[in-house]
Amino acid sequence: MQINVKILRFDPDKDKKQHWETYAVECQPSDRVLDVLNHIKWYIDPTLGFRRSCAHGICGSDAMLINGRNRLACKTLIRNVVTGNAGTITVEPIRGLKVEKDMVVDMEPFFDAYRSIMPYFIADGAPPAAEYLQSEHDAERMAHSSNCILCACCTTSCPIFWVNGSYIGPAAIVQAHRFIFDTRDGATQQRLNLMNQNTGVWRCRTAYNCTEACPRDIPITELIEEVKRAVMYQQA
Amino acid sequence: MQHRYDVLVVGAGGAGLMAALYAAKGDVSVACISKLYPTRSHTGAAQGGIGAALGNVAEDHWEWHMYDTIKGGDYLTDQDAAEIFAKDIIEAVYELEHMGLPFSRLPNGKIAQRKFGGHTREFGKAAVERSCYAKDRTGHMILQTLYQQNVKEGTTFFNEFHVLDLIIEGGRCAGVVAYELATGEIHTFHAKAVILAAGGYGRIFKITSNALTLTGDLMSIYYRKGLPLEDMEFYQFHPTGLTKLGILVTEGIRGEGGILRNASGERFMERYAPSLKDLAPRDIVSRSIYTEIREGRGVGPDKDAVNIDLTHLPREVIEGKLSEITDLSRTYLGLDPVKDLVPIQPTAHYAMGGIPTTLDGECLADEHGSVVEGLYAAGEQACVSLHGANRLGTNSLGDLIVFGRRAGVKAAKYAHDADMPDMPADAERQAVAMLDSLKAASGSENAAKIRRELQESMMNNVGIFRNGADMQKQVDILRDLKARYHHVSIQDLGHRHNSELIEALELGFMLDCAEAMTHSALNRTESRGAHDREDFHERDDVNWLKHTFAYKDFDNLGHVKLAYKPVMVQGEAGKYVALSSYTPDEAGRFKFPPKPRTF
Repeated sequence: MQINVKILRFDPDKDKKQHWETYAVECQPSDRVLDVLNHIKWYIDPTLGFRRSCAHGICGSDAMLINGRNRLACKTLIRNVVTGNAGTITVEPIRGLKVEKDMVVDMEPFFDAYRSIMPYFIADGAPPAAEYLQSEHDAERMAHSSNCILCACCTTSCPIFWVNGSYIGPAAIVQAHRFIFDTRDGATQQRLNLMNQNTGVWRCRTAYNCTEACPRDIPITELIEEVKRAVMYQQA
Repeated sequence: MQHRYDVLVVGAGGAGLMAALYAAKGDVSVACISKLYPTRSHTGAAQGGIGAALGNVAEDHWEWHMYDTIKGGDYLTDQDAAEIFAKDIIEAVYELEHMGLPFSRLPNGKIAQRKFGGHTREFGKAAVERSCYAKDRTGHMILQTLYQQNVKEGTTFFNEFHVLDLIIEGGRCAGVVAYELATGEIHTFHAKAVILAAGGYGRIFKITSNALTLTGDLMSIYYRKGLPLEDMEFYQFHPTGLTKLGILVTEGIRGEGGILRNASGERFMERYAPSLKDLAPRDIVSRSIYTEIREGRGVGPDKDAVNIDLTHLPREVIEGKLSEITDLSRTYLGLDPVKDLVPIQPTAHYAMGGIPTTLDGECLADEHGSVVEGLYAAGEQACVSLHGANRLGTNSLGDLIVFGRRAGVKAAKYAHDADMPDMPADAERQAVAMLDSLKAASGSENAAKIRRELQESMMNNVGIFRNGADMQKQVDILRDLKARYHHVSIQDLGHRHNSELIEALELGFMLDCAEAMTHSALNRTESRGAHDREDFHERDDVNWLKHTFAYKDFDNLGHVKLAYKPVMVQGEAGKYVALSSYTPDEAGRFKFPPKPRTF
């Protein structure tokens, strides 16, 4: 099949503002959007900029706005975004972060928010000789939040994040959830205090954009609600 | 721009992050540079688990793990490395758990363990539960946990920096030259010790589980310095990649009871490995799958795949313990493993070979044991050699942790006592010249086309089944591709996120890795582990119980000089001896003598 790929291009060294360019590409319905972008880069326009690495949805490099929705280009098949021959897909950078070139955005503010929530295990005293014991049930409480790949699909689809850059955003709260609900962790109180700050969970207005955007099917809004309840009742 | 650190780590996957953590404990300044953001590293794609004889499910001992690693490696494994590994990984898994790694759990609260290919009890009697896992995203959890710990310790990261050159003067490493992707700026990192941990080079093959960024950059740079690459002919094809795509489907699905079936539904592994069946080591399972395909029993439109069958397993096992591959199968093939058979084919997965090192990660400058002072390597980039001719599943994650840690400790100790080496005034010269020549080239060649030809020809001629004629043909193809590479032209001359330039550089690195692999494989006239020759079908311990060292031949470009190094084998009283030839009448001298490999 042949499709048109409409891409929002921008190179601050050359362009005054973002502009659309359209490329006609021969592809298969089972191709990934990433395959199509690679085809354009390799055989049509090598100046196209985007990040990518694993090409199967685990590294989180290629988050972009595809047909108006945040997705990973490597986890989105053409047949899921184009119907019929001569269809068009649109590709834009994720929103709320400065565009450095085409789909490449400045990820530092995103990782700053991540680093601000103490995203690391803090032991409660000296560890045992073997492993900490943890029940299957307790381990499952982290199953969703530990599944996050930090792709930024959620945070950059959040309307609160777009208008208020100081909000740490859903991805950072998911990371906090992973430690708050870890029965082995010894810093729950500190973590809840961080979430209670005015940059934390109370900014969330449950728009559910994050949940819809997550390529790992993490029920992000629910996790944020769990953190809100933990802050409210001061226990995980 | 100039930077100066005591220890510089290149690569931020499992080995690099572990090395950085341990180097920082040595009272030295540490920085880590990576071509990606650390959490994008391909360690995150590992699924099934990390093997350690914890004995949480069934009785297990490190000696059994050591034996399995040696036998799995078809006796090319250095047995002193296997001993250190099998012992140290037990405590290292507990250490990961103490860093907060969210392992799956058993009903008694201990770390969950499952069966995996080639891991057995009592020296080969039956499969044993040794793989410690976090669902089927163990690598993801290791990568996240180690990055978290580095954030905690305040490690300095330089993300999206591409190494262009290693500075080695008078046999001592003085640092690296790197390219900052965001700005195009050249940076010189001056360091007392450098640890290379930048991963493998699976992208030289058409069908691979490897990320687009795994292009063997540092192996090639090492090789271009006239330094050797070890055992490059040993490259593992993982039996189960999603058909056509090569995306990894964990061996854990066979550990949980998944069965391989051919077109007639037969469980064909019963014929090839009567005892371990679907859980035989990867080299054997991959060859068995290809044999089924070659003999016309494949599935799919091109009959070039076989099926993995999970349909007899409970839904909660598939969606719970195997959620990652369930998602991959549904996303890419539209198939639900709960009720559908999933077509798979072998996929280029893991380099057993790489930069030769001592047991402490010191880079070897030759086959006699000389080291490059101040230079270390660990992980898939390195060849210690733990994996020999074929790596067992789960031993890659273990390798990263055990040998990443050892390299970090040793490098920090060295850096703590050493003076800062002199940095040549023109350290950047060669790197700048390489960039300039690429940017200035006005040829008509397209890097992507050359890359595609490289990938297709390597798959066809130096893949799972090899023979002298095909590999000789590949030698000629590579010489031609290298000649054409000099005529690649770059259209993007900008300085900002110029990934076209980087991809062209990476192609040059890949061509070197392919060259070292092809020549090493052509010269080894036997079959061992992942290196299988149709024209020399037997393992030959009399002539080939030895590691290959491949050097770039500067007098005769396109050629490779080959040398060999004995294998370390455990002899009497636990003492290791260097052995390059073996006959069965010597068996009594050794604890784990090379035996015919049956499963």
